[in-house]
Amino acid sequence: MTSGGIRRSFTAWATLALALFGGVAQADPSPYQLNMERGASTWSQVPYDLNNISLGVCVVIGILVFGAMFIAMFRFRKSRGAVAEKWSHNTMLEVVWTTIPVIILIVLAYLATGGITSWSDTTGSQMTVKVTGYQWKWRYDYVDYLGKPISKVGFMSKLDTQSDQTRQLDSGMDPYAVKVGDENTYLLNVDKPLVVPVDTKIRFVITGADVIHSWWVPALGWKLDAIPGIINAAWTNITVPGTYRGQCAELCGQDHGFMPIVVVAKSKADFATWLAEQEAQSAAPAAAPAAASTAAAPAAAETAAAPATAK
Amino acid sequence: MSHAATHDQHDDHHGAPKSFFQRWCMSTNHKDIGTLYLVFALVMFFIGGSFAMLIRAELFKPGLQLMQPYFFNQLTTMHALVMIFGAIMPAFVGLGNWMIPLMVGAPDMALPRMNNLSFWILPFAFTLMLSTLFMAGGGPAGGWTMYPPLSLQSDSLAYVVFAIHLMGISSIMGAINIIATILNMRAPGMELLKMPVFVWSWLITAFLLIAVMPVLAGAVTMLLTDKYFGTNFFNPGGGGDPVLYQHIFWFFGHPEVYIMILPAFGIISEIIPTFARKPIFGYKAMVFAIASIAFLSFIVWAHHMFAVGLPMGAEIFFMYATMLIAVPTGVKVFNWVSTMWGGSMTFETPMLFAIAFVILFTIGGFSGLMLALVPADFQYHDTYFVVAHFHYVLVTGALFAIIAATYYWLPKWSGRMYSEFWGKMHFWNSVIWVNVLFFPQHFLGLAGMPRRIPDYNVAFANFNMISSIGGFLFGASQLIFLGVLIHGVWFSKKKATDRVWEGAKGLEWTVPSPAPHHTFEVPPVIHDDELAHGHVND
Repeated sequence: MTSGGIRRSFTAWATLALALFGGVAQADPSPYQLNMERGASTWSQVPYDLNNISLGVCVVIGILVFGAMFIAMFRFRKSRGAVAEKWSHNTMLEVVWTTIPVIILIVLAYLATGGITSWSDTTGSQMTVKVTGYQWKWRYDYVDYLGKPISKVGFMSKLDTQSDQTRQLDSGMDPYAVKVGDENTYLLNVDKPLVVPVDTKIRFVITGADVIHSWWVPALGWKLDAIPGIINAAWTNITVPGTYRGQCAELCGQDHGFMPIVVVAKSKADFATWLAEQEAQSAAPAAAPAAASTAAAPAAAETAAAPATAK
Repeated sequence: MSHAATHDQHDDHHGAPKSFFQRWCMSTNHKDIGTLYLVFALVMFFIGGSFAMLIRAELFKPGLQLMQPYFFNQLTTMHALVMIFGAIMPAFVGLGNWMIPLMVGAPDMALPRMNNLSFWILPFAFTLMLSTLFMAGGGPAGGWTMYPPLSLQSDSLAYVVFAIHLMGISSIMGAINIIATILNMRAPGMELLKMPVFVWSWLITAFLLIAVMPVLAGAVTMLLTDKYFGTNFFNPGGGGDPVLYQHIFWFFGHPEVYIMILPAFGIISEIIPTFARKPIFGYKAMVFAIASIAFLSFIVWAHHMFAVGLPMGAEIFFMYATMLIAVPTGVKVFNWVSTMWGGSMTFETPMLFAIAFVILFTIGGFSGLMLALVPADFQYHDTYFVVAHFHYVLVTGALFAIIAATYYWLPKWSGRMYSEFWGKMHFWNSVIWVNVLFFPQHFLGLAGMPRRIPDYNVAFANFNMISSIGGFLFGASQLIFLGVLIHGVWFSKKKATDRVWEGAKGLEWTVPSPAPHHTFEVPPVIHDDELAHGHVND
């Protein structure tokens, strides 16, 4: 192997290792990513840790069981002259291998129960955002922030134009060319992202307008179905500013694969500025025709040309 | 056998009817009906497999190359419906039909005419369902789970609902037949706790079928009336609840999952002792494990629904109940390994598939345990991690067991030995490519790729291409299986002995190979040391 080959393979392994053990604020899928991401909220560590712990438990059990099996397959071969024994019982063994799994399960259940309990507690939230799933886009309505109701800040959020043109059958366009900066955002970008502040407990109330969708941003650590006639609640508290991408996770018809979610987390000061702008625009929609007003589809189409980025 | 004939069957009880139509369409013979089921399942396996090939072809690289998204959704939906109701379930019923009477020493199934009816419903049901693909509105595209309101948007709903009704009637009749046969027609001395584990697994599975197929029928009937007769069971605008459907569906759906794996447990519990030449370890524990898994299957359904926003108490209950299943399942795996320990093993094709089953099914069980943990499931749910999980338990689990059973009993059915070389070729190709196909899907799910999408971000491209290559080669490997079967049924020159396998035990090996058209017209005398599982009472 040439030194170049060694260097390349080292780089490849380093990339793999980084992907496996998670970068610091890695939030979006990367090529050859092997494990779940750690996420960027106060709670997202919970599924990440449970995933790693339960995977570790499974790997250890797997090594023991499959190891015993392979030893048996090599030692007790007829071709090596093995003679079959007659026994078909061992009460002691059977008690042991029933009890030990129960103990392991109790430990895992304890950890998971703590995770559900903290996830279910939406009390004490400082902000509320209503999320509505449509075939095939999302709508975000800002309900309140720091105890004050927000009036008329709400907009549709749908697949960005570049992805939408590229994804058409026989478009002849290259999915690898859909980029924002260095990041490939094919099918993971929207015309108008959800903007939220960091270090704020945000309550999401989630519902569906036509069929069932599911709102999922992996960096937040959970997904929750958007069901017509039902309002589900969940919360997040994002700790790191950035752009977090996700997708609809419940089959919702022909364009189920084409309704991504983008959450832009800004510092509290930047968010306050952004919110003030939005409120001003909705108060005077005629003066700012390109802004997103409550449900203006034409306005959304015009802003579609400017893909969302973290600012 | 001269004394066996009763006066009304003196004409042809030594052989099958000569006319093709009479033999196959009007058959009441459990062996011929078993063959029909198995051939039907094989045809459906290749139809469902061709859908899978198209799916993997579209997912080969990012961007849409071959089909519109709506057709892709039809493919995923039809692939699941055909494989579950057309391939896996009929294959198990076929194996049960063929082997249960031979294993318990019965002359035939208890209800032979119903047996004929329960098979012949199936081709019509699937013609009805598959015909929707050629209709203007296309086939069902809302996923095999048919969640409303989405499934109500489909033009072909009525066809699918009626097809499912027919499949359900077929399954229920098959289940009644199997229960009646096992409970009433065992040879003297074949006590319940001396039955082969395969027979036990089918007895328990048949009760699951009777319990849940009517629930599915009810659920889809409510879809039908919601769409066409103005009811509002699942329509929130009329006071209904879309989540209600999911509860009803999964109350059927989770036992259904075990309907597709318990007979596989039974098959593996026959094959491993045969090729280890050692009695099954912990026979009673194996039977009780199957029974407790069957019981638990009724109280875990909502683990398919952790992301619908259940109350916290419900999520905790269903998580605990689901985790409990790991205990009896673990017992089964440990017992299979213990059966091998201290044996005298040879590795013919059925044994290779059985060993692959134990390892790969266990991997599917591990990911199942991970999925049971609610906070982790919030991330895994509806991603490729789930796709990888259920394909490990259904392809390398249920399907590998069916293939193992086919190699194991084919010499008994046809009287000829299949080609061991080509059997092993089939095995090694299948076991390698199926892992290339499904293992990377774990990574895709963990990285955030949702299931049931026709196109994806370029970050998912590498593993999708690897998975597709594995898929194409796994699909091609099944053509070897087809070749081995054709050769082993009609062309092989090597005659099978009655015993077939050196270590084989059980009544099915005491009849000639191929098994004559009628067997056990006189109940056999049972010797305990001849039973498949060896000595129960020591």
